This record gives sequence, structure tokens and C-alpha cells, in this order.
Amino acid sequence: MGLQGIGAAVPRKEDRRFTTGAGRYTDDMVVQGMRHAAFVRSPHAHATIKGIDTSAAEGMPGVVGVLTGAQLKEDGIGNLICGWAISSKDGSPMNMGEWSPLAVGKVRYVGDAVVVVVAETRAQARDAAEAVMIDYEELPVVVDAVEALKDGAPQVHENAPGNLIYDWEIGERDATDAAIAGAAHVTKMKIRNNRLVPNAMEPRAALAKYDKAEDHYTLWTTSQNPHVARLVLSAFYNVAPENKLRVIAPDVGGGFGSKIYIYPEEIVCLWASKRTGVPVKWVADRTESFLTDAHGRDHVTEVEMAFDAENRILGLKVDTIANLGAYMSLFSSAVPTYLYATLLSGQYVIPAIHANVRTVYTNTAPVDAYRGAGRPEATYLLERLMETAARELGVSPAELRRKNFIREFPYQTPVIMCYDAGDYEASLDAAMKAADWDGFPARKAEAASRGKLRGIGMSCYIEACGIAPSAAVGALGAGVGLWESAEVRVNAVGTVEVLTGSHSHGQGHETTFAQLVSDRFSIPLDQVNIVHGDTDKVQMGMGTYGSRSGAVGMSAIAKALDKVETKAKKIAAHLLEADEGDIVIEDGHCKVAGTDKQVPWFQVALAAYTAHNLPDGMEPGLKEGAFYDPSNFTFPAGCYICEVEVDPETGKTEVIQFVASDDFGNIINPLIVEGQVHGGIAQGIGQALLEDTAYDASGQLLTASYMDYAMPRAADLPSFQVSNTVTPCPSNPLGIKGCGEAGAIGSPPALINAVTDAIGVRDITMPASPRRVWETLNAKA
Amino acid sequence: MYETNYHRPSTVEEAVALLSANPDAKPLAGGQTLIPTMKQRLAAPSDLVDLRHIEALRGIKLEGRRIIIGAATTHAEVAGSEALQSACPGLASLAAHIGDPHVRHMGTLGGSVANNDPAADYPSAMLALDATIHTSTRDIKADDYFTGLFETALDEGEIIVAVSFEAPEKAAYAKFANPASLYAMAGVFVARHGAGVRVAVTGAGSDGVFRQGDMEAALSANWSPAALDSVTVSADDLMDDLHASAAYRASLIKTMAKRAVAAA
Amino acid sequence: MAKVELTVNGRKVAREVEGRMLLAHFLREELELTGTHIGCDTSQCGACVVHVDGKAVKSCTMLAAQASGTEVTTIEGLSTGADLHPVQRAFNTHHGLQCGFCTTGMIMASVDIINRYGGALDEATVRAELEGNICRCTGYHNIVKAVLDANAEMHGQTQAAE
Repeated sequence: MGLQGIGAAVPRKEDRRFTTGAGRYTDDMVVQGMRHAAFVRSPHAHATIKGIDTSAAEGMPGVVGVLTGAQLKEDGIGNLICGWAISSKDGSPMNMGEWSPLAVGKVRYVGDAVVVVVAETRAQARDAAEAVMIDYEELPVVVDAVEALKDGAPQVHENAPGNLIYDWEIGERDATDAAIAGAAHVTKMKIRNNRLVPNAMEPRAALAKYDKAEDHYTLWTTSQNPHVARLVLSAFYNVAPENKLRVIAPDVGGGFGSKIYIYPEEIVCLWASKRTGVPVKWVADRTESFLTDAHGRDHVTEVEMAFDAENRILGLKVDTIANLGAYMSLFSSAVPTYLYATLLSGQYVIPAIHANVRTVYTNTAPVDAYRGAGRPEATYLLERLMETAARELGVSPAELRRKNFIREFPYQTPVIMCYDAGDYEASLDAAMKAADWDGFPARKAEAASRGKLRGIGMSCYIEACGIAPSAAVGALGAGVGLWESAEVRVNAVGTVEVLTGSHSHGQGHETTFAQLVSDRFSIPLDQVNIVHGDTDKVQMGMGTYGSRSGAVGMSAIAKALDKVETKAKKIAAHLLEADEGDIVIEDGHCKVAGTDKQVPWFQVALAAYTAHNLPDGMEPGLKEGAFYDPSNFTFPAGCYICEVEVDPETGKTEVIQFVASDDFGNIINPLIVEGQVHGGIAQGIGQALLEDTAYDASGQLLTASYMDYAMPRAADLPSFQVSNTVTPCPSNPLGIKGCGEAGAIGSPPALINAVTDAIGVRDITMPASPRRVWETLNAKA
Repeated sequence: MYETNYHRPSTVEEAVALLSANPDAKPLAGGQTLIPTMKQRLAAPSDLVDLRHIEALRGIKLEGRRIIIGAATTHAEVAGSEALQSACPGLASLAAHIGDPHVRHMGTLGGSVANNDPAADYPSAMLALDATIHTSTRDIKADDYFTGLFETALDEGEIIVAVSFEAPEKAAYAKFANPASLYAMAGVFVARHGAGVRVAVTGAGSDGVFRQGDMEAALSANWSPAALDSVTVSADDLMDDLHASAAYRASLIKTMAKRAVAAA
Repeated sequence: MAKVELTVNGRKVAREVEGRMLLAHFLREELELTGTHIGCDTSQCGACVVHVDGKAVKSCTMLAAQASGTEVTTIEGLSTGADLHPVQRAFNTHHGLQCGFCTTGMIMASVDIINRYGGALDEATVRAELEGNICRCTGYHNIVKAVLDANAEMHGQTQAAE
């Protein structure tokens, strides 16, 4: 490892612009003649649109256009779709309802876009939006997924009878039932996984420009995957063919999943820019973000785990109802199925598993992948069950886990996944040591002397990143492949540009990816540029989500680097009159191993471009591309231990200590990896203690601002103790597993295990807010 | 935000004249509540009269045991005032925990007292300290001033110039913050002047800030946290919302009152 | 309309703007200082923090007209010349930022904290003082480290932050 190569904790290259205010986010973009859009949104959760009167708004100062869904349909713009087809267990396809970018006929949740106003200034657009008169006839509303499945519940979409989108299953029902019937002990729970709002700090935004002369669109937008955006906008929404549409995702202020999807606003801005003849910019305010960004989680599950007399797990039976909101967002169907139920074996040998999942329409914001996406829900179930079972069985939670750990790899679970490598006990041991698990009773007693209830909890998680291979996920219904692309361009002076299909919105790719190149070609980091986020510059790529950019994105780069290295060595061998097998690249030179013959790296690059003296038949240039399609998922895993103190008088929980021991395989930049874990843990603590998304019975979002949605702040969190164990991933060239989501996946059960331990109850529903803890303690007393 | 006209008077008379000239004009103090309200289009003043540049509204004075605080004094100035830290540290500490540092640099005592948000901190202090609200036209006792949710005895065009109160022997404030907004979900200010004890509660009452008579009686007899053990706080007339039921708020009031007495 | 005259990052500027224009929009749109960000509508996220007459305020909760006559420092004016401000440097060294969106407000708030406390800072104080700034990426761990380290540097303490 060099100072800047693989394994070095290099501070980020991209920080200079972000720390000086020179970052360029979508709302920072200005183009000539730009106008501003404001959306008129439904104030009702469910209503028929009886009429729309735009005349007053059209006459307001600065207004350029007031456009409706009817006009959008006239122009042939398509409905939004879900890109992953899931079939019910009876073989029937999922019931996908219509989602028009501007509502036509009906609105189905508070925030549904109905009309767009384009005006000279943002303020004028908002002024005019208020003058649009829409006549609604309110309809009955359902917000809760369990209620939505009941007879007589209001119907959200005509083609989804009983609001059921699909009724899906995985695993062996009979074997699981038999395991439970024959068990020495069965732990049963009913668990709610609370709905969360992603809350990337940069609100979503779009700037669309239509060039009439070229019949060409440019869209700057807050996207985690601009190529997928272009593909969907072109192939499904009928905005423009791909060659007539350039999508640029510049600096993006966080995503956490919420910026994977294509939303109505981007489509409408593109369409409106042509229809009105002016470039159109829209920037969400935070209230719009709360109302319309795809939310996360929102599961209700009944679950049973069966044990034999030696406390070995015999079976797991899961019945989940998942709320997908009013419309099916782009990947919503995959989250409670292939990203959730396939992880239900956790770190344990479970001979029989069966999971049934029903997804449901309600009059709430669409729900899709949010940091972790399905794996947090699976981990929460398992790790709450293990804790509860340990208490019921009278064994320590660590011992129950140890007894059931998977220890031999590869391990085929009953739910599709084949784990390739791991050492779960190593993570558990490291975490227990770091947390001083054995010293807990003394700390609890000391806290009691101060009137505080202290509790400890652990969680052993496994997750799956780098969804793959493409052919396999295609067979499971995915509408896209899940490979990644890279192009490595060595310039004539030896500097390097890497064009990656991954997209960085906080993950530090400009540094980590450059470290790979620096390591390979022995050149300084500042001679490497990472280019991403522009469909005109970068070849087709799949973007960043699901902790895939390390394992998949960097593997593609590594593959392209292999090709460049091979060619560079051929050129060097030719120049040095040596055998290419004897060429090594080090200290900025291509050298003949074991001799003093060498040529500087830049001269090799120059030779490739002057082409005056290349091996016979070699093409000029030093630029190679690669597509990498992984052969398997990767399986990061680890153990988290959390200690809390509850103030019984107020119900407030303080997180005293949080220990994380993760196995992410090989690590390129530990500084950045730790940062990913910190952020994930903070979001997990947020889910467990603070964040809830509450709709009232009429479908109004009660938590639509930071006044009511409790975001984790600095004082809500401790400093974290983060460390790693390493079992390299065998399925990719770099041995990387992925680290982006682990923190959010592993932490909520550790928190709730600690809180329930502290206050002496079997269960508490997330978030364990002060009110809920106080009420739980009160009910107990 | 709707369009508005900004004015910057330099005297109280000028400010009053501007406000009186237009019924839809509003005084603008620190703006830390008014501007967010306007941004959400929940308020639409035609004119804003900025009070922060009126010299007569500024400053903290100690006249004998009487403390006088100008209405345009920011929370940060109250928190940082050496005079207050010595004469009434409970109030300085209250100010040090309003909102966040940025809000404290802008927000003013007068603005908070004039707005009378049911979750604001200052109203409880004014009530418990038996303060007098000095306005452009008269003096109003705190007991007569706070009249309900966002309601005060102020007339149209009347602005607060200062507040004053006798330095208490003991005073402190304890609040339990809403985990989202960080506003008080139950905030209790206790103050002792001689034998008289006043206890005022904010963040909890469905009709805004109020005095807690039973606690005042108990603490007058015995100034100690334990004296409050026997007091039952009724959940009647307390706010009930997503973050706290009335019963939870009642419990928090008692806990915060005890902590305030212990801190005083 | 309101006449607004102020000094921003040492430069005198004058504009005629709508009375309702927020200082944040004035900086971003009139002066093209887009380092000041807007992350919420309820004055809680702190992405818009700038210094007005040396004090940290939320520029989304102040009218441009209110700022007339003041001296404003934005993130763009925090460091002069090639050298970054110690807080900017510390955020880089300790990986105190990820997506960068809250970062500019976070740095302006941190500078204000360090200035106000004059060296006497500990972790609990930093965490409490950051209550007006929300970050969704970092979990604050490295932000706190960065602030403590910058504080040590600015106040000549040798002991580095943990």
C-alpha cells in the first residue's frame, strides 16, 4: 500500500470545492432564459378532480404557462412505471395502477401533482399556483396497509382489487410449518417497521432545457443514476429518444435511495420546457420533499421462530404486509421481496424458512428503497427475535447467536442467497470486546444509582450488495441489468481520466476510485480525474445504490485497468526491448524487473499517442473500457452493540455507547468507509429512537417538516467506535463487499434490544420516542 | 412568501406611526418565527416594520433590584449578559437554550413575548417573575398580558418597549424539548421572591402559558423538589399531540418543576 | 421593492430587490454566491448559515432588506488567498463531510462556535451548539472531531481532538 493507494486513509480530493462553497448542485445551475416551475398539489389524500380552472393563474404577473395532465396526455407523455415485475404466488402479474406525472381524473395522496405553473420567478410561480382553482370531490381514504386489505376498504386503484398489488411467497411453507409444529420452543412476535422519510439535505431539483433547433433536451437533475433516468424517460415516458436527451446529475446532496427514482417533476419540467419554449427549473422545498420523496420501510409482520431443545433454530415463518403508498415507484416491488425475504436467514443456519409478502396500495406517498432497502426490515425481524428468544430461553443473546451461526462457506440458504464468505464469530468477539460486554452489570448498577435505567443490546446483521448477476435478477423480474461500466483514458502525458457509470453523491468516489488508478499506475492521485454523472460524457452505466459502487463499480474500473495495463506493458516492453511479462509498473515508471532499464509512465502514454514506435499491428492510443457483471451478490456482515440509558421520569433514551464491528471485505479507503458506517448508524438510531412518519386518518402527513419529523442531531448521538474484521469477497477482483448501508441495517435492532433491556419489556414499537418509552413504562407500572 | 414592504424606523414613535398607518402592517423583531410563517404563506403582512434599529428598545439595565430588558435584546445578549448571570441566572440560562445559536443571534425577547407562542420559553419566565411589560402606550402586568394561544393584551399598533422585574432570590427554568422542533414540550419556570413563589408552565397548556397554583402553594410552604411530590398535575387543559399526550405532559410538568427547583 | 446596500465578503454591493427576498436568495441569485444552501423551509437545517456582522445567522430566516447596512461573510469569503480556513481544513482532514450540502452552513456555524467559546470547547458543547445544523450523511462523528481539532489549532492548543 502506498500513501495514496489501496488501503490508504486519504482525505478526499472533492472536499476543496465543497468546503469553499464551490460545489455545483442542480439549484446552482443557471441557463439563459430560465424560468421557474411550481406545482399545484393535491391537498386531499383521495379525491376525484371535477374541474381545473387555470384562467386566473394564467393572467398573473410573470406567468409563462399553466399546464395540466390533459395537455400532458395530448402530447403522449407516458405514465410512471415500476421497473421490477413481481408475480403473485398464483402466477398472476402484479397489479400496477396508473400514475400520470400530472394527475388526471383522480388524486391519490396528499402531494399528488396536478398542475404545473411556469413563471419568471420562483415567487411568481408560487403566487400563480395559488390562483389555480381545482374542484375536488373527496373520496374515502385509507392510509394503513393492514386496513387497506380489509373488506370494504377504500379502493386506491381500480385494477388492484382489495388494494393488493401482489401476494408473493418464498421458501418452503410445509417444511416450515412442520418445523414449528415439532419445536421445543417458538418465539412469536408482531413487528412494525416504521415508515421513514429519507431526507437527503439537498431537496430534489430539476432544470430542463429544450433546444428547438436541435430538437434536443438537457436535464440537470438530482439523480443517483442519470443513465437509468435517461433510459426510463426515453423508453417509458416518451419524452425523447435517448440520443435527443442528455441527463446530467451534477453534485448531488445525498440520496439514500430517494434519488434513484424518476419522479413526475423531472418528466414535467422536460415536457414543459418544450411546451412553453423556455428552460424550466424546479426545486422542491422541504415540505414537498416530505410529501413526495419516496418514503422507506413501512412493514407490519407476524413472525415465528422455532427452536429445538438445544436452542438450535429449526424454522422461521414470516407474514409481511408492506405499504407501497399510492403508486408503485420505480423499484418498489423488489424491496419487500428480493431485497428483504432473501436475507431472512441472517447469519444463522435455519433449515426451513417461509415468507409470505403482500404489498398494498394506500393513500400515502409512494414507498421505495431507502438506505438498506429490505435488509433493515429483515435484520430487524431476526435480531429482535434472537434477543427475545434468548430472554425466553434463559440464555445469553451472544450464546444463542453463536450456537446458530453459519460457519461453513459457501452456504446456501433456503431463500435463494448463497453466502460466499464470512466469519460472524470474529465480528461478535471483536464487538463484545470493544463494548466491554462483561463490564455491563457494573455500569448498569452505577446508572441505577443515578436513577437511570441502563440497557445493552446487540445485533448481528448480514446484508447483500451488488445485486447480481444480471441474468439472474432478470429471471426474477428486474427490468434492467445490474452490471457497471468504466472507461479508463490515459492521456498523452500520462494523466488519467476514469469515466464511471457509478455516481457519487457523498460517497467519495473521486478519491476512492482514483486510489485504484494511483495504485495501479504508480501516479499521484491529483493526476487522476473521475468523471461521472453526465450521459453525454460517460458510457451507459447503472448508477449508485445498494452499496454497489465499490464491489461493482470499482470492479469495472479494475477490469478496464487490467486492459490498459496490458497494453501499456506491451508498449513499454517494445520501447525497452524486453519481454512484456518482465515489465512492472512502479515509482512512476515501467521497468524491466531485475534490471535498471526503465521508461517513465508518461513516455509510455506519449508513445501510445504519437504512435511512432508501437509494436507491429497495435492500434494507437491508451484507452480501454469494461463492463463488469458480478457473478454473485456480496455479503457484508457484522455485529453492533449499543448501550443506552433511559430517564424513567421523562422517557428519554440516551445512546451512551455504540460499537460497530463490520466485515466489508477489503477496504480501499478506511477514512471513507468509517464515514459511511457513521452515517448509516446515525440513520439507524434515527429510525429506532426518533423518526416516524405519521399520517392522520384523512391522509394528511402530520410529520411534514422538521418541526414534527425528528431528525437526528449532533446532541442525539454519541461518538461511535467503529472497527473492521476482514474476509475478502471471493467473487470480485478487489475482494470488496460494500459498506454504504450496513450502518442503517445493523443498528435499529441493537438499539431496541438495548431499550427493551433497559426498561424491562419484551417489545416496544419504533421509534422508541420519549413519549412511547414513558407510556410503556407507565403501562408496566 | 407574499410580497411585502420593508420599513426601518429609528424611533418608537416612527414605528408606531408606520404600524398605525396600515392595518395589515406587522412589527418585525428578530423574525425567527414571523419569517418562517410568512415563508409558508401563513401570514401576509403588507408591511414589515423592523424594530431592531430602535435604540430605545435595546439593552439590559439593573436599577437597584429591578431588571429592565429592552424588547429588541437578542436571546444571545440575554444569555451572555453578566448583569443577568448574576442577578437572574435562571433567565440567562433560559435564553441560552432557546432555539439554536443562529436563532439566538436574531431572535429577541420582545418578539417572543409579543408572539406568545404556546411553546416559547420567555412567556413562562415573564409570568413566573411577575414581570411588567412596558409598551409604547402603557405598562401591563404579565398576569394580565398573556391572554391565550398567540394572544396578548397588546392592541393594534402597540409595541413592546421593554420588560422589567424584581431580581428573584431564586429562579430557574427546566424544559423538556420536543424531539423534532426542540421547542418546549413542557417548560417550567420557578421563581421565589421572599415568601412568594410563582410557577409558570409553557409548551403544555392548550390555552398557552399558565401558572401552576398548586405548585406555587407547595413551594411557598417548602422550597424543595420534594415539596412537589404531593402535587397532582391535572392533564385537563393540556395539549395532546403527536409528540406528547396530555397525561405525558402533566408528568413532564412535574418532573421539570422539580428539576427547576433543584437548579435554582 | 427595497434598496439593499451591504458588504459581502468585503465587497460593497447595492441592489433593488423585492421586500420579500430572503438574504439566502439574495446571496444565491443576485450575487451568485451559491455556496449558501437552502435545505428546509422551517429554519431548522442550518444549510444557509452565514455570518452577519460576525454572528452566525440563518440567511433563509432574514430578509435581504434586514441585512442592509451589515457586513456579511459567506462560505466563499471565509478564507482568503490559497489557504483554507482551519475549519475548512479540519473538515477535510477528518472527513467531516460527505455530500457537501450541509457542509457550508456547518462550517460557518462551527467557526462561530469556536469564536464564541474562545478555546474552551469539549465534545458535549460542540454537539449541543450544533443543534441548528442538520447533517444526514456523517452521523456528526467526524464533524465533531473536525471542530475540536480546528479549535485546538486556532487557539494554539497542542492536544488534538480524539
